[in-house]
Amino acid sequence: MTFQLDATLAARGFEVSLSLGPAETIAILGPNGAGKSTLLAIISGLLRPDSGKAVLGGRVLFDLAADKNIWRAPHTRGTALLAQEALLFPHLSALDNVAFGPRSAGASGAAARETAMHWLTEVDAGDLAARRPGQLSGGQAQRVAVARALAADPELLLLDEPMAALDVHAAPLLRRLLKRVLAGRRAIIITHDILDALMLADRVIVLEDGRISEAGPTRDVLEKPRSRFAAGLAGLNLVAGTVSDAGVTTAEGMVVAGHHDGTLGPGQDGVAVFPPSAVSVFLTEEHGSPRNSFPVRITDLEPHGDQIRVHAGGLSADITPAASADLGLAPGMTVYFVIKAAAVAIYPA
Amino acid sequence: MNRRSGTGYTGIPPWIYAIAAAGAVFVLLPLVAMVAKVNWPQFIPLITSESSLTALGLSLRTSAASTAACIVLGVPLALVLARSPFPGQRLLRAFVLLPLVLPPVVGGIALLYTFGRQGLLGRSLELAGIQIAFSTTAVVLAQTFVALPFLVVSLEGALRTAGNKYEAVAATLGARPSTVLRRVTIPLVLPGLASGAVLSFARSLGEFGATLTFAGSLQGVTRTLPLEIYLQRETDADAAVALSLLLVAVAVAVVGLSYRRPRVGVAPEGVFR
Repeated sequence: MTFQLDATLAARGFEVSLSLGPAETIAILGPNGAGKSTLLAIISGLLRPDSGKAVLGGRVLFDLAADKNIWRAPHTRGTALLAQEALLFPHLSALDNVAFGPRSAGASGAAARETAMHWLTEVDAGDLAARRPGQLSGGQAQRVAVARALAADPELLLLDEPMAALDVHAAPLLRRLLKRVLAGRRAIIITHDILDALMLADRVIVLEDGRISEAGPTRDVLEKPRSRFAAGLAGLNLVAGTVSDAGVTTAEGMVVAGHHDGTLGPGQDGVAVFPPSAVSVFLTEEHGSPRNSFPVRITDLEPHGDQIRVHAGGLSADITPAASADLGLAPGMTVYFVIKAAAVAIYPA
Repeated sequence: MNRRSGTGYTGIPPWIYAIAAAGAVFVLLPLVAMVAKVNWPQFIPLITSESSLTALGLSLRTSAASTAACIVLGVPLALVLARSPFPGQRLLRAFVLLPLVLPPVVGGIALLYTFGRQGLLGRSLELAGIQIAFSTTAVVLAQTFVALPFLVVSLEGALRTAGNKYEAVAATLGARPSTVLRRVTIPLVLPGLASGAVLSFARSLGEFGATLTFAGSLQGVTRTLPLEIYLQRETDADAAVALSLLLVAVAVAVVGLSYRRPRVGVAPEGVFR
């Protein structure tokens, strides 16, 4: 009983196909405007794609093939949506908010409230039952919203950046709560935070410009990112190009030397990946093999833990504040980024 | 200017206050002049005369009926205008709002040619034994015609402000559209609906031109308070002034009551970030 989706929406350049097992949670990562929310809107029935098909647990959610044209209304889909804002109905108490799903499914008032109380207790919000949404903090409201979504007994839970609007104290609490309630449940979670993907998801999908640019188990994607976006999330530098004997050659002719496991042949598409900590910064060109040395222009300097992160030429380097002061680094300067070839991993794109 | 502590910067230049004061005086002065003209010793007998009480009762009953009709017709109109885009939507809105700018007499004539004995629908209704023109029903129709836009405008605004996020969430929780309307949409826009209903009631209460043209002025049947006032003005100025004051008092009471109520159902601040 899997969830299977194929959908295209030309107006937003959206073309995605994915599938999800019965108890699997996937995280959707991607830059703003990549089509992440479009994906959830299409699944939940709030937005109609141009073409495609979706099946959830044997039920067809939509099938827009020319001769079919099946479209299920949102309330018959069993795909509860949890957004960045809690969106609790302001005129109902927390309990009645959570009881809304069971009530809509036809449960009696008493039974619905009983279900609601169960889920409120499940998210540690039993004592908030009588409160109005206006009397709840952001974290409390989002917990109640989680209970409300779960009380509707969805076959697929859709979470659209549920932690994004919470402060630094409320977010970890909700993340732990979600880890508990998502276990054994089918869910899709949109997030900007790699920690969410690590803690909550079995797999990640990276969405860029309305298309899936990378997909796989969370660990693999973080260890061996193939897209620039995933590399950024994993805190790694990534250079894409064509594999040559020396390493990877970019479209601009820059050669990054590194090591690969030998299964790669020259001419294949490949990426060179290395951590910012492996990059040294020099004012003059350094020679000596096996080293990479690239002249780059500094765009930005920012604090990064107890290091200074130097952004230049689409790459980044971490150096100590003392080294930065010694070198007199400033945006606009041209410096040399030097990376030992041994620190550069090369694998297929 | 001597401001109370705890108030912030308003950004209003001082001369604005002078013009605002002139505007307030312009609205209040005629009321004061009218109050000054009231024959107080005779006030109670004047407003409790049989014709006055009949007119007042008729006004209140027909205005209540018109307000109910405005809600029944106006809520679906506002929903359609605010939510689902369709071809001709702007045109429909323009026509619904037309009575706002139309002279009420013209509205009355239009209604007469629709529901009157020789009118578009009137002829068929006549065959069915129903006569609308110059009846109390005609008063209600005339008032509904002029008051409907007030309800539609204020409710459509409330619906647009509320947005449809809550409705989308309710639908994904399994609520069918009628349930969403009853349990989410209407409660969310209740303040807008209430103020729209109050405006409609007040507009109905004051309606004169369309009523006179379409319903006439039969005591106890179609002669509402504004018509009674106009009639009395010819013969008994004191009675006209006293009744005018009564109408003002009723209007102020209705508007005051509805605006004093706590605004239930309003989303807490910060929800629409």
